[in-house]
Amino acid sequence: MSYFSSHFATLGHEFWGLLVGGIANGFIYAMVAIGYTMVYGVLRLINFAHSEVFMTGAFASFFLLKFLVGNSTPNAFESVVYLIAAVLIGGIVGALVALLLERVAYRPLRRRSAPKLAYLISAIGASYFLYNFVGKEFGRINLSIDAPYTNNTVFTIFGAPVQTYYIVIFFVGVTMLVTLDRLVATSKLGHGIRAVAQDAETASLMGVNIDRTIALTFMLGGFLGGVAGFLYSIPVGAVYGMGFTPALKAFSAAVLGGIGNLRGAVLGGLILGVVESLSVAFVSGAYIDVVAFGVLVLVLLVRPTGILGERLGRSA
Amino acid sequence: MKNFFGNPRLQRYGRTLLILLLIIVMTGPEGNGSQPTSGFTGSFGNHMSFFGFFYPQRWVVFVLLAGIIYGVISSVKLTVHWWRNRAIFRGDTYQRISRTVVATKRRSRLKSTRLGFYALGLAFALYFPHLVTDQSWQTLVVQDVLVYLLLALGLNVVTGFAGLLDLGYVAFYAIGAYTTAWVTGSLPTPPPFGVHWNTFVAIPVAIVFAMLCGVLLGIPTLRLRGDYLAIVTLGFGEIVYLFINNSYGITGGSTGTNQIPFLSFHLGPIKYLWGLIPEPYYYLTLAFVVIFLIVFSSLEHSRVGRSWVAIREDEVAAESLGIHPLKYKVMAFAIGAASAGFAGVVTASQTLFVTPPTFTISFSINILVLVIFGGMGSIFGVVLGGLVVQGFVAYLTHSPPSVYNAADLYMYLGALLVVMMIYRPAGLFPSRRRLRELHLIEGGVAPDTLQVEIGAHRVQEDV
Repeated sequence: MSYFSSHFATLGHEFWGLLVGGIANGFIYAMVAIGYTMVYGVLRLINFAHSEVFMTGAFASFFLLKFLVGNSTPNAFESVVYLIAAVLIGGIVGALVALLLERVAYRPLRRRSAPKLAYLISAIGASYFLYNFVGKEFGRINLSIDAPYTNNTVFTIFGAPVQTYYIVIFFVGVTMLVTLDRLVATSKLGHGIRAVAQDAETASLMGVNIDRTIALTFMLGGFLGGVAGFLYSIPVGAVYGMGFTPALKAFSAAVLGGIGNLRGAVLGGLILGVVESLSVAFVSGAYIDVVAFGVLVLVLLVRPTGILGERLGRSA
Repeated sequence: MKNFFGNPRLQRYGRTLLILLLIIVMTGPEGNGSQPTSGFTGSFGNHMSFFGFFYPQRWVVFVLLAGIIYGVISSVKLTVHWWRNRAIFRGDTYQRISRTVVATKRRSRLKSTRLGFYALGLAFALYFPHLVTDQSWQTLVVQDVLVYLLLALGLNVVTGFAGLLDLGYVAFYAIGAYTTAWVTGSLPTPPPFGVHWNTFVAIPVAIVFAMLCGVLLGIPTLRLRGDYLAIVTLGFGEIVYLFINNSYGITGGSTGTNQIPFLSFHLGPIKYLWGLIPEPYYYLTLAFVVIFLIVFSSLEHSRVGRSWVAIREDEVAAESLGIHPLKYKVMAFAIGAASAGFAGVVTASQTLFVTPPTFTISFSINILVLVIFGGMGSIFGVVLGGLVVQGFVAYLTHSPPSVYNAADLYMYLGALLVVMMIYRPAGLFPSRRRLRELHLIEGGVAPDTLQVEIGAHRVQEDV
């Protein structure tokens, strides 16, 4: 996380700056954690390949922005349009990859009702295949993204600068998360997802098309994951192995909030982002990734159901 | 139109075509970020002329290889089936009626056949260095096959016998290797009691260390759902990697160490020094593999092994019969960790150096592939699978660099995992118990609620 390395300072000095950075990261973790938690809700499985959804989303946005921005400096209107286009393409590609994963790595096993171990292994295999395949086809170097805006300081909070990047993350994150929350709470699809999460057999008797619902759940999670991949890659660039660490952290966030619980995933993501950001005052930069893992083990030891509790299938 | 595309035969052809296209792209040239389509177009564009067919059209090799493996396995299966049921094929009604007699006889015969196979394999393995005298090949066999077999046999205890997915397995391997470096005094940290110990002293120390880490990691996580274990071990593997890569004062950081002494044996009048020649190492590692085989085979059929199987098949039922699940799971986990630690000592004392890049998480996936490919829980399968997969890896590593990059390995291994899980979840040479268990679960007799729920999806499909 080279992104954090600029924050080498004691907690007291840099508190507000760290907080802003932490919240921004928290939104990214939350958006990825949603993908884990939704799939867990309907299938009771950890989707190990979700990290590759994150990565492919970033790659899709990279190619689009390279095409759109190139060497030009976009004006304000173009910036907004390009940004929305990049978010959409990241999300759509993420959703398609998630759908593909479901079709290839999960559905054949579901047909046979294979044991749980088989799903995990198949997802891990898919993850390794995907990220190395992307590495082979698009090179194994870090591709720096042409951001469609200039990263100025927009305003300051208690002396801490808030850059355009944070504003973008905040807007995109809040929009996505609120939309998803409403979608799951009120739409027909949302009812279907919750019904499947509660009791797949009964849901199918009530006329819910399970295959379709599961595929759409993967796609919704994949959309958010792809967008998160794009947002994450703006400052650090896209590289084929980029998904592993953020995805592990996002999973910790999902467990922290209570797996299967959508609002829990958001809360967990934000808490984890802030805790991790603030801990740079205590932990040296190389070991910053360990913090999230420590949180995960702590949660599993103390309260395995997470802060808000596992609420599989209940509203939101 | 929907009927036309819904035709199962057409779908099967379509799927085959897609897989073939994927293989062609996978084995094709590399692309890069500035020309994102070059990898795809290059796979079809340049070399499609018929006369240049075999080079560099490596996908042909892959398809042929898959065909050969499939053919060999199905013919072996057919032969075995014929041999076991030859009485029926002959129409010998007496033997068909007395099934129990046949079954008992068959079991003892199977055991002796298997022992015969092992004896043959061992004889071949002992003769091997005389057959392949090239030292680079011998080194390859020691470091890329035998050590991997040690690791796979250890992981087989965790994943195969006890059914726990350990993705941070490489961490214990790293602990073993670094303990060797520490005990022999080749790390920046001073060795224990300031003495540069013999490498053989490192064996018990590494085993104890790895086991201890396994127990400490296992006790909190093994109480939870099985899939949490996978992710916690994944995180653990990453942390161990971060630690050995970054703490320059303790482990030598990213450069590691290359000061590990040769293996030597010095007890009174008996002296022996393993030098640069790979052959003595070959025999030593082979001996270790044989010891592992014997220990784990007897463990499989012991009280402990049967408890593992019971927990794997149905934890609640096992608990009701007085088997303490946590205790046995931790035991399996610790035994796996200990064997990885041991393999770490073996590796470190042969390559004479340890560096962090050896111990990335991906390495655990490589070992997992060996276990899955041969057949989880079947020692015979793991050995055969290990030989086949590592042979394939050796083939890949000796491919021209224009078409194969070392980093592509995990692309192939990942795809192999998915294919195995879709078509042959019990592995190519499954243990019979495991096979039966899978049939039971997939037939819907398993008590796991997950299976019941997901079984419902099939109901939906049929309606």
